Amino acid sequence: MSDSIGMPRVRVATTSLAGCFGCHMSLLDMDERLLELAKVVEFDRSPLTDIKHCGPCDIGLIEGGVCNAENVHVLREFRRNCKTLVAVGACAINGGLPAQRNHLDLGDCLQQVYVKRDGIEEGGVPDDPELPLLLDRVHPIHEVVRVDYFIPGCPPSGDAIWKFLTDLIGGRTPRLAHPLLRFD
Amino acid sequence: MGGKFLFDGQPVPFEDGQTILQAARAAGHYIPHLCWHPDFPPHGSCKLCIVKVGGRHVSSCALPARDGMEVESDTPEINGERRALLQMLFVEGNHFCPSCEKSGNCQLQALAYELDMSSARFAHFYPDRPVDASHPDVLLDFNRCIFCELCVRASRDVDHKGVFALTDRGIRKHLVVNAESGRLADTDFAVGDRAADICPVGVILRKRVGFAVPIGERKYDEASISTVAMEKGE
Repeated sequence: MSDSIGMPRVRVATTSLAGCFGCHMSLLDMDERLLELAKVVEFDRSPLTDIKHCGPCDIGLIEGGVCNAENVHVLREFRRNCKTLVAVGACAINGGLPAQRNHLDLGDCLQQVYVKRDGIEEGGVPDDPELPLLLDRVHPIHEVVRVDYFIPGCPPSGDAIWKFLTDLIGGRTPRLAHPLLRFD
Repeated sequence: MGGKFLFDGQPVPFEDGQTILQAARAAGHYIPHLCWHPDFPPHGSCKLCIVKVGGRHVSSCALPARDGMEVESDTPEINGERRALLQMLFVEGNHFCPSCEKSGNCQLQALAYELDMSSARFAHFYPDRPVDASHPDVLLDFNRCIFCELCVRASRDVDHKGVFALTDRGIRKHLVVNAESGRLADTDFAVGDRAADICPVGVILRKRVGFAVPIGERKYDEASISTVAMEKGE
């Protein structure tokens, strides 16, 4: 990527909703290319900066699906602020592992985990008002907001994220082909 | 008698009785397919092999080749329609590749790679389809069934056991096991049956061999499905 001294840097925000931060680990897995990226990119809200709210951005990277009310608020904040919103990884794209509960009744799930499970003495479903309300189903992010691009993978490799971002920032239509396009 | 037709502008010879798909494959042209298998008569249900002949959509696995036909296959229009069909298959079942033992060997997944499918686009159904782990050697994970009926056909026509069937119609269509209890253990299904290794996706899985080949080193990890199909005849 060419040096861009004097050019305004591309503003990128990232977050993990109902995800495991594996996709963020993959982002870091670009290794020394992160230094290349840092020349053209400036991070807004992200676990990397610890900024709590997303300002106007060029690119938003969303890891994870939507499993609770807070996820919905964060996702909508990203959509409002990001010119280009990208679903990163299997969970953002189809709900992934958290969505394995989708064919079960949520109340039954909570009872099983917090009340009926062996070894629980004084169980009870957590109901602290601080806790975000769970949705009855886990949703891929494109079922809640408009999504511009998808980077599949669990997680997508650092190479795939690098290829995507350099394409997008370089003004090319991002395209992941074999072997970077993977669902596992 | 045979003759020649044009496949994406290339002349392809055929013999009488050959379908478009068979003749194209013999000439080295890949056409995507899921329910078609070289060892079985055409089924024509998945529609992945659609091509355009004289402006009409036809299933190339089922339509006999004719002299002078002009066939369009690898075009943005047809591939877009194939991609939409794949996306509908993905949302109709529960296809979670990261936790599937078939990942890397799965034709549905490999075709999604081949046709540049990066998301399932539509709203997911998340159907409730319990697994059947009753059989000592084989696990059935119905979540991934795409209704190609290859196991139905293999069990009925090759194994002569009739272990599998599709039941109900439309949105309620699903794969069932032909036993009073509905359990695979209560049939004469055996791990050596043709039906045991015919599934293009991850429904019929042999037990105790899971992840023997690591993810990343599997059939379609190394090469695309079009390459594998044309080089190995699969």
